[in-house]
Formats: sequence, C-alpha cells, structure tokens
Amino acid sequence: MTKTTEVASVKTHRAVTSRRRTKASGTSHPQGRRTWGQLLRRATPWLFLAAPLVLLITFTYVPVGNMIYYSFTDWDGISPDRNFTGADNYVQIFTRPELFRVFFVSFYYLAASVAQIAIALYFATVLSFDLRFRNLFKGLLFFPYLINGVAIGFVFLYFFQDGGTLDSVLSWVGVDTDHAWLGDPESANTSLAGVSVWRFTGLNFVLFLGAIQSIPGELYEAAQLDGATRWQQFRHIIAPSIRPVLSLSIILAISGSLAVFEIPYIMTGGATGTSTFVIQTVKLAFQFNKTGLASAAAVVLLLIILLITWIQRRLVPDEKVDLV
Amino acid sequence: MGKTKTLAGALLAIATLTATGCSGGGAPSTEMAEAPADPGKATGSITVLTQRTDLVQSGAMDAYAAEFNKIYPKVKVKFEGLTDYEGEVKIRMNTEDYGDVLMIPASVSKNDYPKFFAPLGTSIKMADKYRFSDKSAVNNKVYGIAQFGTANGFVYNKALWKKAGITAWPTTPDEFLAGLEAIKTKTGATPYYTNFKDGWPLVQWTTNIGSVTCDENATNKLAGPVSPWKQGSELQVIDTLLHDIVKGELSEKDPSTTNWEASKTKLAKGEIGSMMVGSWSITQMQDAAKKAGKNPDDIGYMPLPVLKGDGHCATLVSDYQQAVNAHSKHKEAARAWIDWFTEKSGYSAKEGTVPTLKSAPMPATLKDFVDNDVTYVERSETDTGKVNDIDNAAEIGLNKPDYRQKLIDIARGAQKGSLDDYFTDLNKRWDEAAKTAGS
Repeated sequence: MTKTTEVASVKTHRAVTSRRRTKASGTSHPQGRRTWGQLLRRATPWLFLAAPLVLLITFTYVPVGNMIYYSFTDWDGISPDRNFTGADNYVQIFTRPELFRVFFVSFYYLAASVAQIAIALYFATVLSFDLRFRNLFKGLLFFPYLINGVAIGFVFLYFFQDGGTLDSVLSWVGVDTDHAWLGDPESANTSLAGVSVWRFTGLNFVLFLGAIQSIPGELYEAAQLDGATRWQQFRHIIAPSIRPVLSLSIILAISGSLAVFEIPYIMTGGATGTSTFVIQTVKLAFQFNKTGLASAAAVVLLLIILLITWIQRRLVPDEKVDLV
Repeated sequence: MGKTKTLAGALLAIATLTATGCSGGGAPSTEMAEAPADPGKATGSITVLTQRTDLVQSGAMDAYAAEFNKIYPKVKVKFEGLTDYEGEVKIRMNTEDYGDVLMIPASVSKNDYPKFFAPLGTSIKMADKYRFSDKSAVNNKVYGIAQFGTANGFVYNKALWKKAGITAWPTTPDEFLAGLEAIKTKTGATPYYTNFKDGWPLVQWTTNIGSVTCDENATNKLAGPVSPWKQGSELQVIDTLLHDIVKGELSEKDPSTTNWEASKTKLAKGEIGSMMVGSWSITQMQDAAKKAGKNPDDIGYMPLPVLKGDGHCATLVSDYQQAVNAHSKHKEAARAWIDWFTEKSGYSAKEGTVPTLKSAPMPATLKDFVDNDVTYVERSETDTGKVNDIDNAAEIGLNKPDYRQKLIDIARGAQKGSLDDYFTDLNKRWDEAAKTAGS
C-alpha cells in the first residue's frame, strides 16, 4: 500500500505542474519575473490544495476505484491471480433474491429512526427553552453517541441476556417476562433497532438543538407578545427554520438503516434473521472468499444510497428559509 | 474549464493506479525449505506469527525459544501474537511480509499454497513421519506441518452424568438424548450447551465427519454432487443429533447470549452436562475445574454416540499447520524452528493434544479413549481444496457457524421451516455448486 501512496502523490503533482505550464504559455508577458510571480500566485491555491487532495485520493478514491475494479473480477481476497468476469457479479446480485431479502431487516431500523428523530426533536425543542439543569440533560442525551459502537454492543448483550439487566429491572416492577429478547427474529431486530435509537438520538438531538438555537430570540418575544402558545411557536417558528437539518437527518436515517453493521454484528453476528446487507457483504468477502461478489454488493449499496439521496433532494428541494 | 481538466487528470491517475493496484509480490522461489544439517551453522532472525497471544504475553513462547537456542544458538526467534489471526494474516499475505513461520490461514485456497509457502518435503517422506501431512500436500509436496491434532467428541462432566445414573457411554443418538433428558430431570443442570453466540463451537460438529461411518475418506467423498445431508450420511446423523438436542429443549434456554469463557466454569461446576468441542479443550476445562475448586478428574471426554461394529470411532484432525513463508530469507532457520517445535518442544503434550509425530504417545487426556478401544480415524484431507471450493461456492460454510445457527433456530422454532426441508435445501445448494465449482 505504501507504494500506492507514493505513486498517487507523484501523479497529482504532475497534474498540477502540467496545468501550471499550460497557463503560463497561455498568457504572454514580456517580463519573465512578473510571469513567474503571477504564476506562483495562481499556483498557490493548488499548492495548498495538494495535501488534502493527495490524502483524499489515496485514502478514498483509490480504494473505491479498487473496489469497483474487484467487483468485475472473481478475486477470492488472497490469491495473487484474479480473472475478469465482466458483469457476472452484478448479474448474480440482481438474480438471487436471497441476497436482497436482507433489506427487509432495514425496515426495523427505518421505523426506529422515525421514533429516533421524533424523540430528538422533542427534547431539542424542550431544552431550547430556559429550563433547570438544561446542560445536564443535554449531556445525558448526547453521551451515548460518544461511546464506541463495539462497547455498546457488548453492554447491551449483557442487558438483553437471560436474567440480565433488562430482566432484573422488569422483575423489580413485578414483570416476569422470561422472554429471550434476542431469541426470535422479530424480537431480536426490535431490540437491536432499540439499541441503535439509544445510540443515535444524541446526534440528531445536537443537530436539531443547533438549528433551533440559531433562531433569533426576538422572534419568540414577538410571538409571545402576540399571544402564541408553545405549540404555535414550534409550528410556525421552529419547524420551518430546521427544515434543512431535518432533511439531512432523514437522509442520514435512510442511508444509516440500509447500512447497519456494528450493533447487530457484535451482538448476534447476523444469526436469527438479524443479518443486514452489510453483514452479508462482509460474510461473502471474508467467510466465503467471494471478494469480487462482495465488492459488487458494496457498489450496489453505494448506488442505492446515492439514488435515494437524489430522489429525496428532488422531492424536498433545498430552499432558502425566510422567517421574516 | 481548468477544474474539469484537473478532475480528469486525477481520475486518470486513479484509473492507472487501480489497474496496476496491489497485485501481490513477485514470483516466489520453489526452493525446498530443509532443516540445516549442522545446528550450529543455522543463522538469522526469524519471526513466528501465532494466534496464541496468551502464550506470547505470558512469556511461554519465549521460554520455548530459549530452549530452542540451546541447540540452535545463532537463530533469533521473535514472536508476533495476532488476536484476529485469520483476518490479519489474510490481508498481510497480499504483501511479502507475513513472517518467516506462520500458521496456514484456513481461508487460503489449497491450490495457492505453492504461491505463498516453501515446500517442506515430498508427500511420501513426510507421511512416514508425521500425521496430517496430506492436509497441506499439493502436487506431491507438503507445505505445512501440524502443530498438533485433536480427537473429536463431547467434553462432559463425569460426576454430573453419574448423578443422573449414566456411567457407560451412549451408543446411539437416542441413548445420548435419553441421557441428556435424565440429566435435565434428575439434576436440573443444562444437559447440553450450544455456544450459539460465539459460533465457532458449532463448527466443531463438522470435525466429526468420519466418526459415524469410521471412514478415513469421509470428507474427500464430499467432493462432488453427493447430497451430503442425504439419509444416513455423516452430516445427516451429526446435524440431526444437534437438531434433536435443541428441539427436545435439552440445551440452554437462551442461545443468543451464550458465553464461551463462562461456559468452561459452568461445565467444570456441573451446571452444564456436555459440549461438543475438540479434545484440546480438556486441559482448559480441567484448569477451570481447579479454579472453581472442583475435581479436574471429573472432566471426561466421549466420542460421538454411534457404534461401528462394536466400538466407537473418533476422528483425528489437524490443528493449524505451520508453514515457511516462500519469501523468507532464512528458510533453513525457519524450518529448524518448525521441526523443533513440533518434535522436541513438548508443546503438544503440554496442551494435552494428539502429537503430530507418529512415534509419540497419545496424551493422558485421552486415556478414556485408549481404555475403551476407540478407533481413531485419521481423516484424509487430500481433496479438502475441492470440498472447500464447493462449500464456498454454495455459501453453506461447513466450517462456519451460520448454517448450524440456522439449524438451531429451526429446531427451537425461531425460524420457519422443518429439518427435512432444510436438509433438502442444503443438498440442492451443494449439488448445484459442485457442478460449477472447480471446473
């Protein structure tokens, strides 16, 4: 991989130099020194851009390019040899219904993210008003998002296990369920989606809170003078002003529910009908040595998410919010 | 205008990079890795990749290296313990830097061995001396020597079984199930523990292929459209037994939250009756018993409850095999380490496992097997490469937990379906894959 990095930087530098040269020949200045100075001035932004560009290309575009290339081969992930198989992997993905069936699991997470956005919005609104212990509550709500996903997986594994935290809390209030929370597909997926709500509510909350707090205070005052209730304030002041953030949250929620990975992978390993598209992709690549097919699956997922984002932008265009 | 040009340039750069990509190192040499004739002359520093991070951290591996240096004073041995051994080594094998000595990862296809490892000897010569040598033999050359092997069957708590009134090994699956039932009703313990969550213990059932029919070639026979789950076949008997255990509610109540480390203590304490794990686990269970203040002699080991003729059979299978990196600069020293570690280190005896060296005695942990005249089936692995190809193409995963997790889910009613339908489906997938794979 180090080899690739070096080559990448060399290539980009070359691209920059050649551009510089064409520019230089395009403008004809009699005095050489002035040309040089002008040239340098023109090149400066590119020189500054070179570092992030090199990083971006090396660590994002080259791997993605590689992945797209693998998706057209039958590579097993280890062997030095690979054969070009054309679109065969893509044909397989679209002709094998079991590979697509896992997307049904995403509906659990999608439903959960609706609840998640509602909860986050509610708390963001409430905490944007002057309240006692406001900052404490903010911290409490945001805290789960800071914990590493793997740790959350382990914590909740103990939470849901037979006689674990959830069962003992329930027994304090006199409910003895004796239910295996991760035991059947429906209950397992609901439990896992619940964990993901717990984890990501904080992120949505902070996004909403930021948007709400950027609303000028005079608007509330004016509304209060006019006798608007809290609900009316929310409906006519807060809701319109957080629309861009809300639409961002929805895109994140949809792409997030299609690409769920960490929590189910750690907690159930995809057993008992909790496998998601990404878990399936990982298994194809690393259990069954079908790196080519898995790359194709990853490309398909990328395209699906791009498509959904595009549709969403079409339906809800990003318009300027004008409150006054 | 300028923007598009730069973008085009960048894309071009990406395209060229992608095409040249990381396409592995140069051609490896095919030179044989032989042990040095004179131990004093072997020199160099070698790196040994191992999955036993516990032994590296405790200094046990360094102690082995110190012993080794008494014979080979000029060889310096370094160890690299990798927690996610399979995953990390698999990625490192795309480069040339994957140690001098390493365990052959299970995911490397057998036909690729010559591209990665130095040959260690001819098949015939190696088979005379070592068990399991055909597992890594390609074109009559052997590429790996097993660290040790394991016998397969159930580890169980003798005291608990005795309490339930069972002293003799069950001889049929039904007798075994009746035994578990007796444990459940008489002692209240969990008769069988699946380790469903950790997954890998479910794979241990696969290592028993061969115990049912006492056939050394049992796995080789899977290399084709043979419907491995047909009535009376190895896998049908093995998987039906697991299914019936779970269906009869003789396993733990909530399989989705099992815990391997905790299960060892539970078995030692007699809270669990039995588990299907290789004989390597016996010493670990005995340790757990000592820590829990119980008698380590209560840990017993029994073969699959099936009789062939009038005796039991148990398969012997190879653990990880040690190989020499084809790109190693100190192949002689690397080979010297492998030979010494396999034959003279005492590692296999300490772990209570079946020694790779044919002349070495069976371990004390398997005394019951010797006393009861269990026939050892040293399973041939000549066609493993082809079997794995079919297995991967079918996406079943005989050596992966997923298909047995589904089997257990079906047995306890968490997923729809019946055992027969599931076997039919598996057979169909296997046979279809066999027609395309390897062609």
